[in-house]
Amino acid sequence: MKYLDEFRDPVVAKKILDEIHAVTTQPWVIMEICGGQTHSIIRNGIDQVLPKEIELVHGPGCPVCVTPLEIIDQAIEIAGRPDVIFTSFGDMLRVPGSHKDLFMVRSEGGDVRTVFSPLESLKIARENPDKEVVFFAVGFETTAPGNAMAVAQAAKEGLTNFSELVSHVLVPPAMEALLSSPLNRVQGYLAAGHVCTVMGWDEYDPIAKKFKVPIVITGFEPMDILEGILHTVKQLEAGTYKVENCYARIVEQGGNQPAQKIIRDVFEITNRKWRGIGEIPVSGYKITEKYAVHDAELKFEVTDIHTEEPEICISGVILQGLKKPHDCPAFGKECTPQTPLGATMVSSEGACAAYYLYQRIAD
Amino acid sequence: MIFPEALSCPVPILTHDTVQMAHGAGGKLSSEMIDKIFLPRFTNTTLEQMEDQAILDNPGGRIAFSTDTFVVDPIFFPGGDIGDLAINGTVNDVAMSGAQPKFLSVGFILEEGLSFEILHRIVLSMEQAAKLAGVQIVAGDTKVVNRGSCDKLFINTTGIGFVPDDIHISASNLKPGDKIILSGSLADHGMAVMTSREGLSFQSTVKSDTAGLNHLVSDMLATSTEIHAMRDPTRGGLATSLNEFAASSKVGIQLYNDTIPVKDDVRGACEILGIDPLYVANEGKLVAIVPAEIADKMLATMQANPLGQDAVIIGEVTDKHPGIVALRTGLGANRIVDMPVGEQLPRIC
Repeated sequence: MKYLDEFRDPVVAKKILDEIHAVTTQPWVIMEICGGQTHSIIRNGIDQVLPKEIELVHGPGCPVCVTPLEIIDQAIEIAGRPDVIFTSFGDMLRVPGSHKDLFMVRSEGGDVRTVFSPLESLKIARENPDKEVVFFAVGFETTAPGNAMAVAQAAKEGLTNFSELVSHVLVPPAMEALLSSPLNRVQGYLAAGHVCTVMGWDEYDPIAKKFKVPIVITGFEPMDILEGILHTVKQLEAGTYKVENCYARIVEQGGNQPAQKIIRDVFEITNRKWRGIGEIPVSGYKITEKYAVHDAELKFEVTDIHTEEPEICISGVILQGLKKPHDCPAFGKECTPQTPLGATMVSSEGACAAYYLYQRIAD
Repeated sequence: MIFPEALSCPVPILTHDTVQMAHGAGGKLSSEMIDKIFLPRFTNTTLEQMEDQAILDNPGGRIAFSTDTFVVDPIFFPGGDIGDLAINGTVNDVAMSGAQPKFLSVGFILEEGLSFEILHRIVLSMEQAAKLAGVQIVAGDTKVVNRGSCDKLFINTTGIGFVPDDIHISASNLKPGDKIILSGSLADHGMAVMTSREGLSFQSTVKSDTAGLNHLVSDMLATSTEIHAMRDPTRGGLATSLNEFAASSKVGIQLYNDTIPVKDDVRGACEILGIDPLYVANEGKLVAIVPAEIADKMLATMQANPLGQDAVIIGEVTDKHPGIVALRTGLGANRIVDMPVGEQLPRIC
């Protein structure tokens, strides 16, 4: 299949891998930001074939993982109301809140529907004028333009029965927060290719300079990831810290300008809580005053729902690469992919869920 | 499978255009529906007796017996519908034991208001699938429920087949060294249903692979009766069937990644939605575990049948990592293919 097979070619991948082995002389800790990259690394076993000196730390770029528990609880509260059609991307439905998940809301009679785009929720809103249609707008800069577009379109059409429960988070502030931690171990970043497709890479130059870390924009296929690792290791070995683009077939420096324009129109930057990390200043989006009528958090008055994470969960330190999942007393016991206690066990892209499988083969 | 007859056969004229509660009440309307919709399509001497039960000849020996209920949404999907799916599903479950399926019962739960045009189309497709598989529908039942109590119609089928004395196929029979043969490409059915559901805004060419596999199984058993285990990987996909084998037989399974076939259009749909074809339902494929000595001969037999023409050896049974299915990646790493936690959900990114 074109644009896929050439980036999965094992012969070429092996060549890049050999080069990584050749240039690596000492231990390096590299974080891949995006959950899609983690997924690809695990799926293809990239971490198993790298030089033992290279440690990959799985970053916070999994929207399912980092959406805070209290927003899930807010979603569950809204979705259970009789006048609401609650719409969401599929993988949010299984994420447990404090007491239940959205699947359970559906089984109790809530109208919860999977959609593949927020514009489909808009269509549902058009067809159901007597219902409140809510879209669960989660994700990073990648999903923000589509979610912003749905709000702008709803406003244009006067669809006041459409709103979004927004939990949008931004990558660069999280990268900075992780590097600022006194316990930080990350020495280089594989930046998330899709995020850069939308936003470009100008935001990364100051981070690379301030913290002296190489940042390499990386795609998602095995060859993309190996190429990203190779360039990061080369920089680390040479002591340089530039922003490099290894996903040039899609990413341009300025990003996607029309997408950024619609984001600026609908969203404004706000402080956001990250599951497993806590609040990071200016690290997310909320709906602007202009579109407040489409903000589900205000419409359904759920702002007073606050939930604390289970104390036993150490996903915060795992996300920083300070501890491994099997260092957690709950790992594989109270906490499994079926009964996740925290961020990194929630999604197959999370570090704990990934290790849960590897732990078993090591037995 | 699309049957041209189903498109040309006119809908019988009934007193009503749609199913009424009275059609399930056992009176004149019930009889009219049975006489005009069901009997002409499912006819055979046993069914025509119209007794409360079917009396069947028993050739002696062991009987394979299986039941399944079909609630697929949408009821028509590219490549098939709930009708042929209901026949093929039970035919295949019986056939995976090595038995030749012979008799089926069919139970319908119809939603009040369902159009007879739709019911007729589905019954025609069941007739064709039963003919192709060579099974008789010898018992049936119809219930009508209030509008909203079911979604258009649900179908239960139960099947009986006779197992030849020399055949012992079981999930607990895997032996280290056995080869794993897959009869064709993965994930056609699950992706056909998923991409035809309302809410998915891209067009796709993916078609369900629904088909009765009993004749393919007959060809395979004619080649050798030494098949250790066999399953049709439906819900949960190939990964689930193989994990069940590994657990039952307390052996490991090692897959060679690059030999698992997935059609380009199916793969495209999986990539867009972030779904792994190993976990997606198939309705016309089987996976067979056979001793290494007969693997090539069995593969050739399967490839000679249209339903097995893309058959391929995808892996082998090992005494390493018992209970675990592992897959060798293109980079030479070995990853676990675990049981799925729940249904496959499209990922956000």
